[in-house]
Amino acid sequence: MSLTPEDVNRIALLARLDLSGPEKQAMLDQLNGFFGIVERMSAVDTSGVEPLYTPLSAVQAVALRLRDDVVTETDQRELNQKSAPAVADGLFLVPKVVE
Amino acid sequence: MSAAWQDLGVAPLARALQQGQVSSVEVTQHLLTRLAAHSQLGAFLATDPELSLAQARAADARRAAGQAHVLTGVPIAHKDIFVTRALPSTAGSKMLAGYASPFDATVVARLGEGEGAGMVMLGKLNCDEFAMGSDNENSAFGPVRNPWDLQRVPGGSSGGSAAAVAARLVPAATGTDTGGSIRQPASFCGVTGIKPTYGVCSRYGMVAFASSLDQAGPMARSAEDCALLLSAMAGFDPRDATSAERPAPDYHAQMLAPREGAAAGKPLQGLRIGLPKEFFPQALAGDVERAVRAALAELEKLGATLVDVSLPRTELSIPVYYIIAPAEASSNLSRFDGVKFGHRAKDYGDLRSLYERTRAEGFGPEVKRRIMIGTYVLSHGYYDAYYLQAQKLRRMIADDFQACFRHCDLIAGPVAPTVAWKLGAQQDDPVKAYLADIFTLPASLAGLPGMSVPAGFGEAGLPVGLQLIGNYFDEGRLLHAAHALQQATDFHLRAPAA
Repeated sequence: MSLTPEDVNRIALLARLDLSGPEKQAMLDQLNGFFGIVERMSAVDTSGVEPLYTPLSAVQAVALRLRDDVVTETDQRELNQKSAPAVADGLFLVPKVVE
Repeated sequence: MSAAWQDLGVAPLARALQQGQVSSVEVTQHLLTRLAAHSQLGAFLATDPELSLAQARAADARRAAGQAHVLTGVPIAHKDIFVTRALPSTAGSKMLAGYASPFDATVVARLGEGEGAGMVMLGKLNCDEFAMGSDNENSAFGPVRNPWDLQRVPGGSSGGSAAAVAARLVPAATGTDTGGSIRQPASFCGVTGIKPTYGVCSRYGMVAFASSLDQAGPMARSAEDCALLLSAMAGFDPRDATSAERPAPDYHAQMLAPREGAAAGKPLQGLRIGLPKEFFPQALAGDVERAVRAALAELEKLGATLVDVSLPRTELSIPVYYIIAPAEASSNLSRFDGVKFGHRAKDYGDLRSLYERTRAEGFGPEVKRRIMIGTYVLSHGYYDAYYLQAQKLRRMIADDFQACFRHCDLIAGPVAPTVAWKLGAQQDDPVKAYLADIFTLPASLAGLPGMSVPAGFGEAGLPVGLQLIGNYFDEGRLLHAAHALQQATDFHLRAPAA
């Protein structure tokens, strides 16, 4: 299997990356180089094997922990927006999305 | 003031502070002068001498008041993947240049002032962008140089941490390890580092790369230093959803506790060390193999027994890891959108072009590659063939380890197939760099604790690390074995020139 330039365009769109022409060509070559080593993995029979999404579940039951549904944070809007590129009146500014 | 303070690791420095031989202010001032004189290494991304000295004064006052923790007043620097309120937090990325975190990472808080151990923060350390890399050449802020040979890489992604500790700029540093990022730079720079079991150290405030793999750990001069540091770093944190719900053990006490049946001169009597045959392939460099075998012979002299074991899917761990880690990264890094924090492109039209241009400008080539791989393997029609298949193989790799641990107590082998390579040597071929991670990836995928312990020197006098891997939550046994080795050898005490 080999990726095509169209695949790279589609993935870049999904990933929201505006890649330049030369970047796309290099990416195509490198991704195809990478998927060359992935093929070995595809050949292994894994039928009946449970995926291991989080490592400790290899040896113990891991339950997703829920916290109590109570307010634990204080309002720190100014502090939290200190590194935002564009804010006004405590709101994050983005280009218009609804006409 | 003695010029030798830089040569003291964490444990001897803590003793000197405790005995009043030196103050934290004196040590801190000495190291600040020293790190400024070694800026050519590129290890530090941010320092604030006034802040460090204020923390040192507070540490001395805390000690005078009888409130000192064993680590109070000992300087440390943090990999710039940990967010800090007092210094900028960049994760080695242009995306976060100048980012001011509103909070401290849990690990930073536990080691620092106030409720923490009272260590003095000397600064933030360079690393590969978002911890993605094996040589620190993916940092947006320039490479780090290996103090043993300035034309060589320090390893990565915790390259600044390893170089700063090796060059005696700081006695201790934090690191993070997703696929080897503590162990491999520790090996390349001749320092001691431990990646604990997944879940031992909180990930809260660690800029996320691959959440099911990321784990923090200490990098320092010795196993004893690491035991002291890890004891302060570890422990349950409700703010990390995958934090292990168990109390932090006293790793230092575990390290010192004699083995049952151990005799004088044979502290490791009865310890079975498994050698996976896949960790000693043809492609392993001769100098690395010689140093590792010599360290294993030393462990035998100390009473350990070497047994042959097998990790048959060692090679497969490369594609498995490089599917899973990028998949998680592509999801984690979707937060960098030019809206809430970090870089925003200057020129854009609609919201989508704001996202696309911001991310194109803010991320470096390796990060983009991994986002592309991750996005692809999670996309419709490819998920089962790649992502799910990789997660199933990950289970098989974890099961392989459990099969080994029926025949041995620890697993040992090299950390990396070679010593540190030359700057720029792997920049043209990312896949070649991925292949060099072969010996660190299996333990990462399984979530097992692993260490790099200085084992000697190879080609051109460059350090070689011995990797030790333990079963889940068996850090005490790892540290005990590493400490025994370091009582019998002096590789961890050797320092690069100047």
